[in-house]
Amino acid sequence: MEIIRNFPAVSILLCLFAGIVSSGLKAKAAKRLNGILIGTEIFLNLCTLYYTTVTGEAFVYVMGRFPAPWGNEIRAGVLEALLALFVCVVMLLSLWGGERQLQEKIAEDKIFLYYVLADHLLCSLLALIYTNDLFTAYVFVEINTISACGLIMIRQTGRTIEAAVRYMIMSLLGSGLLLMGLCMLYDLTGHLLMSNIQEAVARLHASGEYGVPLTVTIGLMTVGLAIKSALFPFHTWVPDAYGYSAASSAAILSSLVSKGYIFLLIKIIYRVIGFDVFHDTKIVNVLFIFGLAGMIFGSLSAIQENNIRRMIAFSSVAQIGYIYMGIGMGTQAGMLAAIFHIFSHAASKSLLFVACVGLTDASGGSVKFQDLTGAAYRNKTAGAAFAAGSLSMVGLPLFSGFISKLLFAQAAVQNQGKMLPALIVLALSTILNAIYFMKTVIRIYTPAQTGYEGRTAGNPKLFTAACVLLVVLNLHLGCLSQSWENLIMKGLGMFA
Amino acid sequence: MDKKKEGKEKAGRFQSWLDGETDIYAGVMETRPQKEYEPSPYFLRQQEKDRRRIAERVNNVEHNKEYRFFKRVYRVLAVVFALSFIVLLVMAVSWLPPVGQAANPDNNEVSARYIENGLQETGSVNIVTGMILTYRAFDTFGETNVLFIATCCVMVMLLVDEALLKKQGADNDRKYEPKNDAILQGMAFVLCPVIFIFGIYVILGGHLGPGGGFSGGAVMGAGLILYVSAFGFQKTQRFFNETVYKTAKITSLVMYGLVGSYFYITGANGLENHIPLGLPGHILSGGIILPINICVGIEVACTMYAFYALFRRGGL
Repeated sequence: MEIIRNFPAVSILLCLFAGIVSSGLKAKAAKRLNGILIGTEIFLNLCTLYYTTVTGEAFVYVMGRFPAPWGNEIRAGVLEALLALFVCVVMLLSLWGGERQLQEKIAEDKIFLYYVLADHLLCSLLALIYTNDLFTAYVFVEINTISACGLIMIRQTGRTIEAAVRYMIMSLLGSGLLLMGLCMLYDLTGHLLMSNIQEAVARLHASGEYGVPLTVTIGLMTVGLAIKSALFPFHTWVPDAYGYSAASSAAILSSLVSKGYIFLLIKIIYRVIGFDVFHDTKIVNVLFIFGLAGMIFGSLSAIQENNIRRMIAFSSVAQIGYIYMGIGMGTQAGMLAAIFHIFSHAASKSLLFVACVGLTDASGGSVKFQDLTGAAYRNKTAGAAFAAGSLSMVGLPLFSGFISKLLFAQAAVQNQGKMLPALIVLALSTILNAIYFMKTVIRIYTPAQTGYEGRTAGNPKLFTAACVLLVVLNLHLGCLSQSWENLIMKGLGMFA
Repeated sequence: MDKKKEGKEKAGRFQSWLDGETDIYAGVMETRPQKEYEPSPYFLRQQEKDRRRIAERVNNVEHNKEYRFFKRVYRVLAVVFALSFIVLLVMAVSWLPPVGQAANPDNNEVSARYIENGLQETGSVNIVTGMILTYRAFDTFGETNVLFIATCCVMVMLLVDEALLKKQGADNDRKYEPKNDAILQGMAFVLCPVIFIFGIYVILGGHLGPGGGFSGGAVMGAGLILYVSAFGFQKTQRFFNETVYKTAKITSLVMYGLVGSYFYITGANGLENHIPLGLPGHILSGGIILPINICVGIEVACTMYAFYALFRRGGL
């Protein structure tokens, strides 16, 4: 059993090794290596999850001979292990779902690079989840940004290059603000390790020393991570980056990459700044307001879209708004809802992006709504999967979206000051969600008048498997939500 | 053609050319009447459509009051926002602890241990190297991977197909640069060996004085770039082609990973670490620092050169 303590570190290192070795392999071998890697990761993180639930406490793993505060550390609790496992699974399914498109749309001699980037992206996500050290987090934020950029532009059209440049600029702005925040925090506390910083910050907060720079620091880090995870006013890079890149890239970016940053923010709130100190700075209110704004404006933009991929991308903006609204409630219940929505949104958004490829492929590669008419009859699996994902997004019972909306509503009711705006916007946003998702579902189930010379061959097995498994994941989140909630609450308890 | 004239001296041939009897280019050069350029009707229609659309979309900007108003407001707001952000940051910095005071929060047990025990615990005379490669070795491994993934990204963007590269030939990649420049080649001939040796010295002396893998690798990469600009890609490829590049890069990174993993995992599990620290001040000392520095140096040199080569001609 004790050997399981090594698994988080091993899982991070294995990804790095796989990425490095893949850069010397041919496309097919790189793909196979990637599959083996993610399989191993799932096993390792499952073991970690089992170990942490059985022992009931988080453990710290020293990377090297020197303990905190001198050396690097990683830390694994229930929530970290659960999220890491989830990330691996969703990544595998996203890659499966978009595989045929990868073979067709990416230059033959560059496919191996796709898997190098994917391996490193997975590594950075795992490191962001497990890290107990702010500077390690920053290093892996860099890897994350660069490889995400590569994933956007590897399908080389003019639009993706423009999207990648946009993403790069916005994302580097976010990294810069985060780095500035880290530097100031180091200056104020003299530590980089999360637990030590938390002690120092609590001391500073109690004595009232350096109040102004501490607030500015917290603001800088929060805004930096908000830009990177596409909170409402900083969302302009989203539609192009998710709308034109390859389907698996879009699925990975929207469901995992932005969530990695949000989880880092949650970790900073709990383990670096401290929940109470963060609450006292009033930054939660700012996050709350922008979360609400994102829920409305993201959906409004999505309604106006005539491109299905961009529509799903704008819906991501709205869903990120939900998560920030949950964080902005400033209560434990709000945080629970936000974290549950991280899982729920990741499961349904990757399903939507994957199913969308099947639909557009069946409509001659067009992403326009009028061409998608009747696409669900031409590709039945993709149609059913898309409908399931849409229902989950809208929040139908049995699906995961319903539970997250329920949790948000419960959290809002428990919160005195923020109850009314939160509930009104939640209802409004649900209606808007229903408008554009149901519009799409009705469109794809309307029989087409004209014949299509779409793809007649059936779906690849991996595509079908990805769709089915993602739907199952959604239903699991929706039907057995209590066990997920228990795990999340247990994990949050280990944060303190 | 007049046979009698052709046998005669040059003046006669010149005369015949002047008279228009012989054409000295006939049979020597391919001459073909130029075909009239005829654009296809589809192309013409497309062009007309594009022109109209551009006229509507682009030229109208000047008369579009809303757009102009928006642009002006946008600029003003951007300046106001940037200024207020600067003021905020400067204010925050002015509230930070003053530099160089003994009571500052960053003068704590962390830096104290690095300074006081660094030499015994890492075996490195250079405290900074000891800190980044032993105490915080994991961060540095991540940082090296940032370089690696950045090269991959540049490859995604700029890598050109091998066949196309061959077709372009050697001339295309130096359109705007002198080819076989004697001064450049002479200087490179003298400087390159010195630069390489200095780079190796900086890498190997990383734990003894200022230097290390990152700086030494950058020096060596600069040497490679100088060599390739002076002597061209063909000569460079004799000792540094894509295979060598890939082998060097992958081997160095995997070696770093293996040494690093050994260090992390033995350290975390309390096992004995079999890499000796050696006598401080000797070349062979400092435990894992020297091998890691060599790996980092190779990786950085490869990265520098790869950036240059990819940006210049799209391949190694």
